[in-house]
This record gives sequence, structure tokens and C-alpha cells, in this order.
Amino acid sequence: MSPMRLEIVTQERALFSGDVDMVVAPGAEGELGILPGHAPLLTVLGVGPLLARRGSEELWFAIHGGFMEVTPEKVIVLADVAERAEEIDIARAEEARQRAEQVLKERPPGVDLNAALAALRRSRVRLEVARRRRIRREGSTG
Amino acid sequence: MPTLRELRRRIRTVRSISQITRAMEAVSASKMRRAQEMTLASRPYSQKAWEVLVHLAHQAEASALLHPLLEVRPVRQVMLLLITADRGLCGAYNDNVIRLAFRFAAVSRAPVSFLTVGRKGRDAVARVRGALVADFSPMPRWPRFADVRPIARLAMEEFLKGSVDEIYIAYTDFINTMIQRPRVRRLLPLRLTQGYEPAVPEAVERLDTRAVANKTFIYEPDPAQLLDVILPRFVELQVYQAVLESLASEHSARMVAMRNATENAENLIYTLTLSYNKARQQSITSEMLDIAGGAEAMRQAARAQIQARLRVGAGR
Repeated sequence: MSPMRLEIVTQERALFSGDVDMVVAPGAEGELGILPGHAPLLTVLGVGPLLARRGSEELWFAIHGGFMEVTPEKVIVLADVAERAEEIDIARAEEARQRAEQVLKERPPGVDLNAALAALRRSRVRLEVARRRRIRREGSTG
Repeated sequence: MPTLRELRRRIRTVRSISQITRAMEAVSASKMRRAQEMTLASRPYSQKAWEVLVHLAHQAEASALLHPLLEVRPVRQVMLLLITADRGLCGAYNDNVIRLAFRFAAVSRAPVSFLTVGRKGRDAVARVRGALVADFSPMPRWPRFADVRPIARLAMEEFLKGSVDEIYIAYTDFINTMIQRPRVRRLLPLRLTQGYEPAVPEAVERLDTRAVANKTFIYEPDPAQLLDVILPRFVELQVYQAVLESLASEHSARMVAMRNATENAENLIYTLTLSYNKARQQSITSEMLDIAGGAEAMRQAARAQIQARLRVGAGR
């Protein structure tokens, strides 16, 4: 099948643009697999990993909300925040996760629990994306 | 006539000023480039978001008309978001946009309250005792989207609450290095039909063909809810881009101001050096005259002595 174009942009930058064979995106209501020739679709995105497959290559991105437009030959992701897997600072994400978990466990007064929950979700997605990339790399080299 | 030492000191001062302004020019030039790059980097998103928005508005005409951020109301109160720099030394940059904002307020039929980004604008509003709703100064040196978001949030909140009926944004459009144009543009209610000037004009042209071509979109959830997600982001983006345009304008205005300052300093050094050399020449001349005069006097004295001695001899 002929590949489709994937574009990932945020308000601050164009993060990715290239031809891919498949996209799995974090829709607001569950994961969304998209192959070339998909029916036109406009959807809200949630927080989660986005996978783009190009041949045997896997590209991972962390997406934190936004929306996406799909046409048969093009997928455009307009994310609030988006990162490539290789940009993610694992140590920092891990730290953020622990901090958020601690806040949720102790529930200190005056702290926004929703913000902590959101932070927890964000850091989990980052860690997941970074981990998948690592597995992938070790698998391909070993 | 200033003394030689005084002149020397002034030349030294002006020279070091010119070195500083030349360095500031170079710094501003690189900052301007970076701000420009940031502005450009935000364009793909705004272009796409604008396309999607208008598309949605076409698809879901009823719900689009009903969306609170698009609602046109009788205007009883207007808010103006004024974007200036935190710092001066950038020529007329701040004055220009502030003057435009005040002129806008003067001709507005409804009372105008202010929301300021940048110390200069805040101080100007305070000076004329304008109604200042909130101030977001100082901005970080390189504002990120997350830094600008609260500004747009506050504006939308005020609009949705009904405490203001229209929101405008006064900022400086970066046209090129030499030209920056202060502008006032309507932010809310958002105009999705005609009359609105998007940041990227070509987006509109492409859109017309698309809106006709794609009739069978799937919407998840429904168009009205999508609009709910996209509209606020678009408003936030408008503010972000205005901040970035203004930032690029500020740095280029400062760059030009510093270049002028350097040139002025160089001219000053030239004239000062000229008068220093003149003064030095003059002092040398007068010294030589002194010496010559002294020598002449001594010679005359010696001659007088000899003659006196001769006279004495002749008398003997």
C-alpha cells in the first residue's frame, strides 16, 4: 500500500513530517489505528503514546492532548504538547512520576489533586514511550 | 574651550559607549532572528487549526453560531490586551504601540479596560489612570506557549463571564528588520467568516476548495464538542503569536536604535577628535611662541648686555 503522510505539529514547532505506513494514535476515547486510505476523520486526542510505523521502523511520540485530522492520504496531529521518544529525559520523567504518586498518596492540603493526577499521567506516558523505544533498539541490535 | 584632558576623557567615554552599543546591536540581531524563528515555527499549527476551524464552522453551522466564543453581543465594555516590552532602549517601539492603543481607546464607543503584557505598557496605562484588569509582566525572555496561555485563558474567562463584550489585542507586527507596524486586532468574539485576517492568508484560499471536497467527515465526538476543544486553543495561539511578533519587533527596533547610537557615537568621536587635535595644535603653537618669545627676549637681553659692555669700554 502506498504510504501516507504524517505531520505532528504543536503551537511551538513542527515536530515531525514524513511518510509512514501506519499510525496508532491516542484518541480521547481509546486507541485509534490508521492505515493509508482511512475515511476522513476529525477527532480529539487524549494523553498517550503515538506510534508511527515506517517499514520495519517504529517511531514513538508522547502526545498530551490536542486534535487530529485524518484524510485518506494524510494524518495531521495538532498536539498541545508532543515529544519524540529520544527527546524524553527518563530520569526527569521518573522523578515527576514519583513526586505525583507521593502527592496522591499523602494528599497534603492545598494541593490540586487533579493537577497531580494529570502530572502522573503525563510522566507515565513519557516513561512508556521512552521504554518502548529502548526495547525496540535493544531488540534490533541484539 | 575645554581643556585637553577634558577632551581626552570625553573621547574615551564616547568610545566605550560606542563599543557597548555595537555589542548590543549584535545581541539584538541574534535575538531578533531567534524570535523570528519562533514565530515561523508556530505557523504550521495556526494554519492547520484555522483550516479545521472554518471547516467545522461550515459543517456545524448551527452549533458554530451558538458557540460562546463566537457570540456577538451589543458592546458595553471592551478589553484591550496591550503587548509591549519590559525594557526600553528600543527606539519608538513601545511608544508606537502604546499610542495606537490609547487612540483606539479614545475612539471606542464603549469603555475600555486594559490587560497588559510588558512593563512599559503597564506603566503607561497606570500613568493615564486607565482601568487595568491584570498585568502579566515581566514575561520570560523566551516565552513558551505555556507562559502565554494564562493570558488567553483570562481573556476568554472575562469574555465568557460577560464582563467584556469584545476583546482586542494591540501588538506590533514584525514586517521586516526595518519595518514594524503596531496593530489592533479583534481577538474575541472570533470571526470565522469574512473580515478576519488570519496570520497566514493562504490558509483561507486552500480552505475553500477543501470545504467543498470533503463532505463526509467522521467526527469524534461531534462537531460542536470538537469546536469546544479547538476554539480555545486557537485563541491561545493568537495571543502567543502576537507575543512572538512583538518580541521580534522589539529586538529589531532595539537593533536599529543601537546601530543609530553607534553611528552617532562615531560622529561624536570624530568631532571631538578634531577639536582635541585643534586644541593640541594650539597649545603646541602657543608653547612654541612662548619659547620663541623667551629666546628672543633672552637674545635681546644678551645683546643689550654686550652693547652696554661695549658702551662702557668706549667710554673708558
